[in-house]
Amino acid sequence: MDISTTIAAILTLAIYSFLYRDNPVYKTAEHILLGVSVGYFVVITISNTIIPKLIIPLFVDGELIYIIPALLGIAMLLRVTKQFSHISRIPLALIIGVGAGIAIPAYMQAHLIAQMKATMLPLSNISNIVIIIAVLSVLVYFFFSRKHEGAFGVTAKAGIYFLMIFFGSTFGYTVMARISLLIGRIQFLLGDWLGIIR
Amino acid sequence: MTDKVLYIHKPFLILLILTLIPFSAQAAIDTYDTPNDGGNSITVTWGGEVIAQSRDKFTSLDIQRQKVAESAGWETAAVLPVTDSVFVDDSVKDNIPYKYRIVFSAPEGEALIFESEPVKSSPQFFNTKRLNVLIGVIICCVILFYYIYESRKGKKFYLRPIGGLQAIDDAVGRATEMGKPILYSAGRGKMQRVATIASMNVLSSVATKTAEYNTPLIFPNSEPVVAAVAQEVVYEAYLKAGHPDRYNPDDVFYLTDSQFGYAAAVDGIMVRRKPATNLFIGTFEAESLILAETGNSIGAIQIAGTDSTIQLAFFIVACDYFLIGEEYFAASGYLSKDPMVLGSLKGQDWLKIIVGGAIILGAVLETAGIGFFSKLFGIG
Repeated sequence: MDISTTIAAILTLAIYSFLYRDNPVYKTAEHILLGVSVGYFVVITISNTIIPKLIIPLFVDGELIYIIPALLGIAMLLRVTKQFSHISRIPLALIIGVGAGIAIPAYMQAHLIAQMKATMLPLSNISNIVIIIAVLSVLVYFFFSRKHEGAFGVTAKAGIYFLMIFFGSTFGYTVMARISLLIGRIQFLLGDWLGIIR
Repeated sequence: MTDKVLYIHKPFLILLILTLIPFSAQAAIDTYDTPNDGGNSITVTWGGEVIAQSRDKFTSLDIQRQKVAESAGWETAAVLPVTDSVFVDDSVKDNIPYKYRIVFSAPEGEALIFESEPVKSSPQFFNTKRLNVLIGVIICCVILFYYIYESRKGKKFYLRPIGGLQAIDDAVGRATEMGKPILYSAGRGKMQRVATIASMNVLSSVATKTAEYNTPLIFPNSEPVVAAVAQEVVYEAYLKAGHPDRYNPDDVFYLTDSQFGYAAAVDGIMVRRKPATNLFIGTFEAESLILAETGNSIGAIQIAGTDSTIQLAFFIVACDYFLIGEEYFAASGYLSKDPMVLGSLKGQDWLKIIVGGAIILGAVLETAGIGFFSKLFGIG
């Protein structure tokens, strides 16, 4: 058993102590986790983004176009000043505008057109028929500009039942995955750390 | 398209490369800029009678390339099974001419070489395989703009009540009465995500109310850019409500990118500051149940909305109210009563009719054995 395993085990138990109540041991582990993770991400950002994607192209390869993202990055840092913090809105607007521009067609492709194609199934078996009925009734449930009454309401109600069946099965499936994570942690504590189990 | 083929033995390889014998009628190597891509890619294909006859004889196939301008030596781009007939080279630079050759070789030393003409790669402006996405976006835009225009002209649209959204007003009021803060979390999505953008719209409406009621709004973030945008959104909302003095920038802050570091810290904030209301509106992953369970344990009223269908199941179990799927995207329209958003909701309903109709038509045609309609929705 090495020292890193012992530290990991103690921190695991410290986090689990929250199950009883908030306490100084949990607070310590929480602050260590936060501090270490922020430090880690700062280093990752410098080594994986700032150096290879800004410093090297700009100062080593001499690609002057990289001055633009450098200036935008500096503009973002101006948030910490009171006088010039408004300048940070320029890179923020750019991030949101470009991000939305990229995300919306991708969303349209993955969440609408591909899903529509996947639902255009031949009505040749019960499974396909159920899928199409479920999709259409769920679509009806998400109608906002019409009251859910009469046949429309019945269809919408069927839609919410289909949704709940989906959520129930997802819940059960995911809980099983979480239990396997718990088992992994218990194996770490009892096996890797204490050596009680193999 | 070419063109040159050799039967040689390895000791004479270099010498004989210089005297390649053309067999264009029997074998061909074709190189071209990979279509519909962002550049940096050349496709190499080969086939023909000579290659087909030789596949049984050779055991190794090397794809080699050379930068024409530098007159550099040949470098191996890939080693493939002899049965392959296509190679996509994604490691080239744009606008630089490359020559390719494919080298079939046998253990005894016999080799067969085909060499291509120079070819350059370049990015394409438009991916023609995604024309259907463009058409879809145009249809959506036309319908949405029409209803936004109608709404701005003053036309009123009926919107059915949504429980989770009506509860937001009550939840803010409850926090005010109890003298406790409201905790808002947008989860772990980046600013570019549609769900995070929608979350900022809801945040604006919630912040306007907390500004009016002078209720503290705590917003811990796991993304620095989202934190910066959220600070702007909340400050704007306080300004709009006429109470910029009530805005506390320290209440909208960045924690960490780490998923469970974020969950641990938000849990700590919940048990220490005991918010009366928790709003989980955004993109959530495995931390959803950890947050919602802790919020439940401190007795906070909880409202959740996310586009992640897997995490919604956990929110349904642990929260008092939840917004499913598009209810979440409709939330900002409901809360702000902004005619632009209300008009877009009406337009979205028409889009659902079109989508439903297309699905029914596609299914009927598929049943009849006609597949062309569903193929229109295929994406390359």
